[in-house]
Amino acid sequence: MRTIAFIIRKEFIQLFRNKVMVRIIFALPIIQMLVLSYTATFEIKVIRVHVVDQDRSKTSRDLIGHFSGSPFYRITEYSNSETLADEDIMKGKVHQVISIPSGFEKDINTSGKAKVRIATNAIDGAAAALMSAYTISIIQDFNMNLMVESSGFPLQEPIQTSWSFWFNPELNYVNYMVPGILVLLVTVIGMFLSGMNLVKEKEIGTIEQINVTPIKKYQFIIGKLLPYWLVALFELAFGLVVAKLIFNIPMVGSIWLIFLFAGVYLLVALGLGLLISTKTNTQQQAMFLAWFFLVLFILMSGLFTPVDSMPYWAKIINIINPVAYFVEVIRMIMLKGSGFMEISHNFFILIIYAVLALSIATWQYKKTT
Amino acid sequence: MRGFIIKEFYHIFRDVRTMIILFGMPVVQILLFGFALTNEIKDAGIAILDPSKDLVTKEITGKIVASDYFRLIENLDNERQIEEKFREGKIKEVIVFEDNFAEKLEKDKKASIHIIGDASDPNTASLLANYTTAIIKDYQVGLLQSQATVPITITVEPEMLFNQELKGVFMFVPGIVTVLLMLVCAMMTSISIAREKELGTMEVLLVSPLKPVHIIVGKVTPYIVLSLINALTILFLGYFVFGVPIRGNLGLLLFETVLFIVMALSMGILISTIAKNQQVALFISLAGLMLPTILLSGFIFPVENMPWPLQWLSNIMPSKWFIIIIRSIMLKGSGIQFIWKETLIILLMISIFIGLSVKNFKVRLE
Repeated sequence: MRTIAFIIRKEFIQLFRNKVMVRIIFALPIIQMLVLSYTATFEIKVIRVHVVDQDRSKTSRDLIGHFSGSPFYRITEYSNSETLADEDIMKGKVHQVISIPSGFEKDINTSGKAKVRIATNAIDGAAAALMSAYTISIIQDFNMNLMVESSGFPLQEPIQTSWSFWFNPELNYVNYMVPGILVLLVTVIGMFLSGMNLVKEKEIGTIEQINVTPIKKYQFIIGKLLPYWLVALFELAFGLVVAKLIFNIPMVGSIWLIFLFAGVYLLVALGLGLLISTKTNTQQQAMFLAWFFLVLFILMSGLFTPVDSMPYWAKIINIINPVAYFVEVIRMIMLKGSGFMEISHNFFILIIYAVLALSIATWQYKKTT
Repeated sequence: MRGFIIKEFYHIFRDVRTMIILFGMPVVQILLFGFALTNEIKDAGIAILDPSKDLVTKEITGKIVASDYFRLIENLDNERQIEEKFREGKIKEVIVFEDNFAEKLEKDKKASIHIIGDASDPNTASLLANYTTAIIKDYQVGLLQSQATVPITITVEPEMLFNQELKGVFMFVPGIVTVLLMLVCAMMTSISIAREKELGTMEVLLVSPLKPVHIIVGKVTPYIVLSLINALTILFLGYFVFGVPIRGNLGLLLFETVLFIVMALSMGILISTIAKNQQVALFISLAGLMLPTILLSGFIFPVENMPWPLQWLSNIMPSKWFIIIIRSIMLKGSGIQFIWKETLIILLMISIFIGLSVKNFKVRLE
């Protein structure tokens, strides 16, 4: 026990001696949350359109009125030239061109059939699909109004649809992002710091001094990991405080459950970090490997894009992705107040994972070179 | 000088692991972005609470389930189950029909549907609600058209420019190229110079007859070669595997790429003049380069929806301008007349970074 305590003390001294590191530990959560939670959004707030109205009739103006009345649309240009409109899209000035051909009103009144063309800049495919769908639904509404007026139904839509959003009624995106970012935070601290740390001793050569002492393998590894486990948990606590005070994120579920889960999760992250450092010789290599897996894990975890939309093979890969388990669970606990029963499945998988990662890492670490 | 460059090449190439990652990373990333990562919604789990179970509600349910967006997980019996199901996390939306739906629709010309979304993921919740409403409206239009005296149909011809099949990978390829160039050029250079300082070999270089300029040129040359190969690999994969076109002039594209590489290298050098050891260099590169490159450049998340301080901040991110440039060249086929402003900004940034590093570069160790 005393041996472990000495190693832990040494680690803490080394960690806090590095002033830059200490600053990073405190600054990282705040910066990450401030920047990430506001940037990582797919929300579309405003659609800029160029309206080409070649009909200039009452009906066409009515239709345009539907757009200018909506808070989503900003009509930046109003003309009767499709060439001008296409140029605006090319330059990136507008997202969409809505073009009403001449004879629009006449067609509706005589044959009941008319056409509208919309062209959307689809470089961002998902956003384009949504913008296009919005516009089509507004035109459909307009179409329905025309019919309701002409066919003598009572002036309302027969099927009424209403919405309600649970757990986050104002659809506040930050509430969704911040818990996920907390996961990112503890993962970066856990995997990077622990991964780089052991390899640093290798690179500088101090590992040999430790290898010749009677310190046992498990003592050394516990002594190396425990400090970072504590630092990462502290980081989580600090992050939760920032989340509450600055972002006022609701915390419906039990905080202790989050820490319990995080404790196990960190064992996995630290174990993987350690595994990386046993497999590498320089910090540059370790950092590169850690970076590679981290990016992979984070992108696939559902932090930014929904896991449900991924293809089958990607979901299979996610079985070995620890980040995916924690991202899912922390959101369930913080936003929906899920209890231990609902997260138990993820919890036990992570326990198995932690045991595996740590034992492989310990086994791979050799005291002789 | 030549000897020095060769030494640097040896340093990089004998490290097999780093090489594998350097070349494996772009491939894995582009495959991931191309196949797995999408913010569109497919097969979202929903539940239906339908006390009336009549012809109309069944028809509407059928239409909703038939679309690609939804997958019916289960039918609920009462409202109390909803919260429990949301907590378990398998269901994203519940559609609640009124009782005696068809009868009310027939008699009162009025019936209601309530959509409850699990807004712990607000983006998905609002998208799903929108899709559901659109399907219901569509059904309604059909209903009205069959009853109306004068049916009116406005056909909408939606046209998707530059990316007809709405592939996400079109948006991501330029971003991946940018992130990779940043990683290889800026991060690797800064770390490799910091490494010489940390190991003490910088001293050896400084007392040698090499001029500082030679040291820096020697350091960066291998990375220029590496990053060019990497960038070309991505463009190649994007083109042949995912069909991401290069509609503009290839020469212009390469010229802009080289320009950006020079920019990233000068940033890396600047960082290495500040950082004393590898860890610090790593964290500055990560926090100062990688995160902003991914987040503030419009790579994944559109910049225009961010709060204005961040939008303002994004303007000083070189990667933002480079992404605009390559998107325009590759996808829109723009010529230099559309992107000369962005190119000038990058040139300006290069001169600032080089100026600062020359000022900071110390020939002596403290």
